[in-house]
Amino acid sequence: MNFDFSDDQKQLRDQARKFLAEKCSPKAVRVVLDGKAPYDKELWKGLAEMGFLGVAIPEEFGGAGAGHLELCVIAEEMGRANAPVPFSSTVYLAAEALLIAGSEAQKKKWLPAVASGEAIGTLALFEGKGNPAPKNVKLTAANGVLNGVKKPVADGAIADFAVVAARTGSSGRDNDISLFLVALKAAGVDVKSLTNLDPTRGQAEITFKDVKAEPLGAAGDGWSILTQVLDRAAVLCAFEQVGGADRALEMGRDYALDRIAFGRQIGSFQAVKHMLADMYVSATLARSNSYYGAWALSTNAAELPEAAAAARISATQAFQHCAKNNIQVHGGMGFTWEFDCHMYYRRANAMALGLGSLTYWEDQLIDRMRKKNAA
Amino acid sequence: MNFDDTPQEAEFRATARAWISANAPKQYEEELRKSSLGRTVLKNADILEVAKAWQKKKADAGWACLHWPKEYGGRGASPIERVIWQQEEGPFGQLSRMFIIGHGMCGPTMMAFAREEHKRTYLPPLASGEKVWCQLFSEPAGGSDVAGLRTRAEKDGDDWIINGQKIWTSGAHYSDYGILLTRTDPTVPKHKGLTMFFLDMKSPGVEVRPIKQASGASDFNEVYFTNVRIPDHQRLGEVGDGWNVSLTTLMNERSAIGAAVSTGFPELFEYCSSLMLDDGPAIEDRAVRSKLANWAVKASGLKYTSMRAISALSRGERPGPENSIGKLVAGSMIQDVATYALDLQGASGIVSGEDGELAGRFQAMLLRAPGTRVEGGTDEIMRNIIAERVLGLPGDIRVDKDVPFNKIPTKGRG
Repeated sequence: MNFDFSDDQKQLRDQARKFLAEKCSPKAVRVVLDGKAPYDKELWKGLAEMGFLGVAIPEEFGGAGAGHLELCVIAEEMGRANAPVPFSSTVYLAAEALLIAGSEAQKKKWLPAVASGEAIGTLALFEGKGNPAPKNVKLTAANGVLNGVKKPVADGAIADFAVVAARTGSSGRDNDISLFLVALKAAGVDVKSLTNLDPTRGQAEITFKDVKAEPLGAAGDGWSILTQVLDRAAVLCAFEQVGGADRALEMGRDYALDRIAFGRQIGSFQAVKHMLADMYVSATLARSNSYYGAWALSTNAAELPEAAAAARISATQAFQHCAKNNIQVHGGMGFTWEFDCHMYYRRANAMALGLGSLTYWEDQLIDRMRKKNAA
Repeated sequence: MNFDDTPQEAEFRATARAWISANAPKQYEEELRKSSLGRTVLKNADILEVAKAWQKKKADAGWACLHWPKEYGGRGASPIERVIWQQEEGPFGQLSRMFIIGHGMCGPTMMAFAREEHKRTYLPPLASGEKVWCQLFSEPAGGSDVAGLRTRAEKDGDDWIINGQKIWTSGAHYSDYGILLTRTDPTVPKHKGLTMFFLDMKSPGVEVRPIKQASGASDFNEVYFTNVRIPDHQRLGEVGDGWNVSLTTLMNERSAIGAAVSTGFPELFEYCSSLMLDDGPAIEDRAVRSKLANWAVKASGLKYTSMRAISALSRGERPGPENSIGKLVAGSMIQDVATYALDLQGASGIVSGEDGELAGRFQAMLLRAPGTRVEGGTDEIMRNIIAERVLGLPGDIRVDKDVPFNKIPTKGRG
């Protein structure tokens, strides 16, 4: 049994960690956090040059053609560094949707641009409150034009193109939904930035008014494609969350070793030690669940839907748990803008919602486990 | 990344599977499969006899204590082969539970510290289950703080005279031998005055009294020693070095990799899948689903953490203290799972045993669960191990570290 990443993949992880330590210091993240730039353009360019943006994109479409296990180890490092770039929207959502459902021409047009860093993509799914569900998609597509409002759209204000979920029927079934591909500089698109929990990653409201759009995938297949895209993104995001959880745990551990109170390292108090031990436990469970997700993703296994939901829940819990208790270990200093703890707290809580909340994924997991047991 | 065996592992697995299929006591398979924490497993047979017979059969064919050297009754197998065997043995592995202490702790301690002739005499019948061993460390005054033990060993010619009391000794009532940690010098700090021995549990002056547990069952004992004689050649390690010897024992206890830990989750999921609540199937209830999902990811997290450890073994690495999380997570989880299962039953959840729902399966689990969070290292000790040995945090401040043992206070109040 070798339920682990290969030596080459681990080497890639080290390479990504080294690159990000250099190019994506907390100081660099703060430029975006403080609103001085919408995202880190230099870093984005560097990621393209390293081949990270196209690592799972086939060579014929301008990528490295490596695979999803390679993407998982890079994702972990992106999460660890809290990178302020539209990596997940572009690579996990837009590019994956294109890979699953795009025509030859669509792939040829957009995937090389993703790999080279020229095009930022995103998925426009949500329309206000609520979790992913066909009934929550109200934006309409008729006669080749889209009308409606998407909100929030991750990285919507900086994206060049979006995969848009639209209503093309009213039967009440999943096949009422179809996907469309839209260049966001098209006429009739209006984009407004929204304040959000994690300013290092933008969120936007996008209004579509008679916007011309081309279908992505067959009409009526939208929900089935979206489900696959969300599952794949859930595994990849889980790796970012695992990376973030590990970093938050490390920060807490380091502070507990450095800080002296009552004449001793605060890490010598059991109340603090045990809190950190519990963080380690949840981070470890999340990592193991995510590895299973990675295996299912990379082999396109029938277990992917269940594995993805488990990875999603476990990694979401772990990142939230580690990020909040990292602040607790730091005490008052953890609640200052100056310390980096809140950046992970913000990221953890934003990520917990971005692909649908825990409520949604818990439901998915149980449905999928029942399906498996019935089979 | 894959779950595949290497060619050698696959060959070993096939051999093990074929032998188990031809030799295992299949008439008990169903009962063993359905057993879960806190439940007696065999209705119409003495489990001790069935377990001993299965162990002997395995030993005769070279399948007992696989990782031990052949000359001591093992197979000289690799750690990964041991894991593969456990996977293949499946529910029949339940029958090994009474040998866990002997095989997992006493055997390795004997191997590391006993004289060669003792190893050749005592280890093969331990491996074959003909002789059962127990571990006599904990005392009323020393549980988590095991080095606080007070049982005295005093030199008398070529013998040592033992007086004192042990507690929480699993299986002492059916054990033939035991390893015993004693205090040989109370005038030095506590970790320095300890010495380890092994002894015949039938020695004059040894008295075993079962403890009636909070669950009503009796898995553990108190063991009293009154002027018990142990010859010096049964000493394990140097006089005063008992603490280091005991660390070997405890390390082995906690390094059992790949052994499945009970979480109660499969039982709860199965139960909820068919349970009807007042307003519909439990599995369609929003609150039930949320609870199940949260436990599901803990159970799968433990499963795949164990797979990662097995992969490390397969590469020839030695997994370390990070595996403490299995017991820590599973212990409190099974307690929560059982509590919730009874909550779903409403008032009828009060009824236990054969009169209860599912023959009292979850009631038995609930009553046994507190013990799982204490035995073999409490939750708090497990967290200390993770904090200190995995995360590198400082050890607890020990106010009694440099104090002679006989000057350490023994009472908190008055």
